[in-house]
Amino acid sequence: MSDEDHDIILSELNDEDLVAQMFDDLYDGMKEEIEEGVNILIARGWPPYRVLTEALVGGMTIVGHDFRDGILFVPEVLLAANAMKGGMFILKPLLIATGAPRVGKMVIGTVKGDIHDIGKNLVGMMMEGAGFEVVDLGINNAVDAYIDALLAEDADILGMSALLTTTMPYMKVVIDTMIEKGIRDDYIVMVGGAPLNEEFGKAIGADAYCRDAAVAVETAKTLIARKHNQGAAHA
Amino acid sequence: MTSDTALTTQGLAAKGAGSVLLIACGALAREILALKAANRWDHLDLQCLPAILHNSPARIVPAVRDAVAKHRDAYDDIFVVYADCGTGGLLQAACAQMGVQMVAGPHCYAFFEGVDAFAARDEITAFYLTDFLVRQFDAFVWGPLGLDRHPELRDMYFGNYEKLVYQAQTDDADLTAKARDCAARLGLAFERRFTGYGELETALATV
Repeated sequence: MSDEDHDIILSELNDEDLVAQMFDDLYDGMKEEIEEGVNILIARGWPPYRVLTEALVGGMTIVGHDFRDGILFVPEVLLAANAMKGGMFILKPLLIATGAPRVGKMVIGTVKGDIHDIGKNLVGMMMEGAGFEVVDLGINNAVDAYIDALLAEDADILGMSALLTTTMPYMKVVIDTMIEKGIRDDYIVMVGGAPLNEEFGKAIGADAYCRDAAVAVETAKTLIARKHNQGAAHA
Repeated sequence: MTSDTALTTQGLAAKGAGSVLLIACGALAREILALKAANRWDHLDLQCLPAILHNSPARIVPAVRDAVAKHRDAYDDIFVVYADCGTGGLLQAACAQMGVQMVAGPHCYAFFEGVDAFAARDEITAFYLTDFLVRQFDAFVWGPLGLDRHPELRDMYFGNYEKLVYQAQTDDADLTAKARDCAARLGLAFERRFTGYGELETALATV
């Protein structure tokens, strides 16, 4: 950002300018400024869900697009995510208290043998931002951990992530086990990670391969809407 | 010998001598040339792609395809000295489609130690460096991950790792000291394992 930004007093900006400034601050990974902006909007009477969607998710969507287009790289995305996390930390209890809309519930985790959770964490955060409830199982999950969580949480979506060529085949183990147990069609299964591709997702029987967090959110929304429509048709 | 920086960013051009062309990752150039000299493999020529492709596996398959297409008429045979290297099986599929052989295994860490032995360790919290990657640590790890500009990101990347394993291809006290320093910078425990050239040598011996 340019030097003139040092003089900006967030509390003196009107709502529109403040949100625009928060987009810039999110882009630049300025966590404290994002936290300040969130607090200002809340104090001005914005519902928490509106702060989340218009200020944070709106800004993070720009970050996601520029990452996809090769303008931003992983370090910058992580800084932006860290800033958004600061804002989310303030908003989360408020969102629960105000009963913000829930689009669906996702269980997510990296597969057995894989400890690389950056992508998984980004997807989880963006899904939360989009109104999904996210149950994060963390890293190195065996099939039972996924299935137990899906059942216990009454989830809609299973998200599996892997960074390694050696661990990604485990996704098929999970899906095959779901088939064996007769529960595969009860859930939307989304997969992602650097070595994966569309063909791999299809080959293992996932509903979707998602190349990044933004795609994961859009895909989840589409598949949840389709699932609800199918439910209505069968009702 | 070409500098490590050049091997990282540009690779190494073939000399045009020999009946079999090795198309390799630049990170393996020194090791392959050492093996070639030690074993008098005069029939082998070496073309290296930029080693930094290691950080962008999606670019490896098209780069290998281009190199095979460019050179195949000038040699009797071509051998690809890459493992899967994060391509998710796409490099193997491309090599099969082009009718060329490649090294077995998920990545060079596996074939330096031995693919089966490496798999048997099942070390999911180990971060590996080879001789080349120790020398080029800043170019491959520190810089691209933004840790030079934002050291606070370190634990987001490496928080789930426990140790750095330096797979030594050669005995070099200075390199070991540098590898130990890399581990300290990443906040990881350090372990050195001498692997020599491992299955890189046995694979090339079949070519």
